[in-house]
Amino acid sequence: MSKALAPYLLSLPGGLWLLALFLVPLVTMLSLSLQTCNFGTGACVMTWHWGEFGQQLNLYHGQLLTSFYYAGAATVIDLLVSFPIAYWIAFYGGRKKNFFLLMLLVPFFVSFVIRTVVWEFILSDQGVVLGPLKHAHLLPQNFHVLATGFAVVAGLAYNYLPFTALPLYVAIERIDKRVLDAAYDLYATRRSAFSRVILPLTIPGLFAAFLLTFVPALGDYVNQQILGGTSDTMIGTVIQNAFLVNLDYAGGSALSAVLLAVALIGIFAYARLLGSRTIEDYL
Amino acid sequence: MSTIVAARQSGESIQAPRHHRRRPGRFVLPIYSWLVIAYLVFPIAVMILYSFNKTGPGLQQVSFSWNGFTTQFYREWNSVPQLSSSFWLSIRLAVTSALIATALGTLLALAMVRYRPPRFRGKSFVEQVLFLNIAAPEIVLGASLLGLFVTMNLARGFLTLVLAHVAFCIAYVAVTVRARMSGFDTSLEEAAHDLGASSWATFWTVTFPLILPGVLAGALMSFALSIDDFVTSNFVGGANVPFPVWVYGATRIGIPPQVFVFGTAIFAVGIACAIASIVLGRRQA
Repeated sequence: MSKALAPYLLSLPGGLWLLALFLVPLVTMLSLSLQTCNFGTGACVMTWHWGEFGQQLNLYHGQLLTSFYYAGAATVIDLLVSFPIAYWIAFYGGRKKNFFLLMLLVPFFVSFVIRTVVWEFILSDQGVVLGPLKHAHLLPQNFHVLATGFAVVAGLAYNYLPFTALPLYVAIERIDKRVLDAAYDLYATRRSAFSRVILPLTIPGLFAAFLLTFVPALGDYVNQQILGGTSDTMIGTVIQNAFLVNLDYAGGSALSAVLLAVALIGIFAYARLLGSRTIEDYL
Repeated sequence: MSTIVAARQSGESIQAPRHHRRRPGRFVLPIYSWLVIAYLVFPIAVMILYSFNKTGPGLQQVSFSWNGFTTQFYREWNSVPQLSSSFWLSIRLAVTSALIATALGTLLALAMVRYRPPRFRGKSFVEQVLFLNIAAPEIVLGASLLGLFVTMNLARGFLTLVLAHVAFCIAYVAVTVRARMSGFDTSLEEAAHDLGASSWATFWTVTFPLILPGVLAGALMSFALSIDDFVTSNFVGGANVPFPVWVYGATRIGIPPQVFVFGTAIFAVGIACAIASIVLGRRQA
């Protein structure tokens, strides 16, 4: 009897916690987004008011687009930057593999907020990069990076790079090297071995890396708040203000639901195209 | 994440593809990789450097320009009371959350490693919930938890912080412990059973010592996630302000140099732990 229940008993405490504090809140949030709240009393009533979505999207589609644009740019940069290094560590890391992986993770040893503050320092008008360049008159005095979209993308790309590099590394490391040898034995050139053997085999990893980078970056507001200006507000800032400043729970919930939908679409697309079993292998 | 763990376990180094060895471009990849590593390390070096920077005249905040070397803020690390108390709050929070999340996450990992359908129906559902938990934008988790706490009239404080932090740590622990357990030899447990050990005794004398490295890795991971968390804490902390939230608030008015001192200290301890774990893992192998 208890043997048959064992898997369920083992997963019960953690499962309940996740149910109560992960799944239930998500459902609560979805229901909040359909409720109408009285701003005076803060009391909310369920009205199945789908209009909140249209209204919020109408108001903030610009910020939503900016978020897609910045998170997309940062993800593409991260994929391009980390693929070669993941490839190099997987194939040529040798005995130093763990050292190089630790180096990929090194940003995580400094608090996320501090990392972003340091980028504010680095990119500041008289900082360690622009200062000397301006001093040498290589850049005009009024040149600035901070408070532009460029700074936000740079911060996002830096902060999320490990989330891209690690799944890619796992995918490349898992390639059976004999398959590659077989390709060469069959007179594949290095270029065609890469495009017809390595790349197809890393597609699940590329997809996982994309999801693990793009989705969190989409909802990020720390980089935008610290590095960006007022004209490039991302959706995360809007949600944060809705919940913590304006106490507009219905509006904030609707926008969060939109972000969640993007994440869900990505995950289901992954499961559908590449099988749900492999999805966890990249964490 | 769990990748380091998994890589260490596999132990053997993979042979480079043979046709790749002698080629003119063989310096390009290593040089490129070291440049990426330099890029990743650069901001950390800047942080450490600026923790030794004198402040501008009359101001107790970090300045963008270099004013000269000082160890003043290491000696006066404790002189910003709110910063120090937010730091200790973060430590308490991270220890509490790591203990709870490690226990719950380890049990989940045990269930996932040992059982598969039909004995464990819903396993793939559990896996997808874990993945969604990790991949969902943190702002959605924080906002939805705030919505829940507000609906339930639960006052925001240490309790809500712990509830929230455990909720986002469990999945990471489960995944980390599971990665460490792949290749777990169940015949050892069967042997203990055959020799008359009870399930309880088998768990504590055979299973637990074997999975202990994975459990420790999971605990370190949740400690690190919790102590670094900004978004969720910002939503559910209320007047309780953990370290990252305090630093974020301080960016508006200029951060005191002690922030970089704390950052450097956390970095040093973290790196020491990571190196110790790699060295220990190598010795075991």
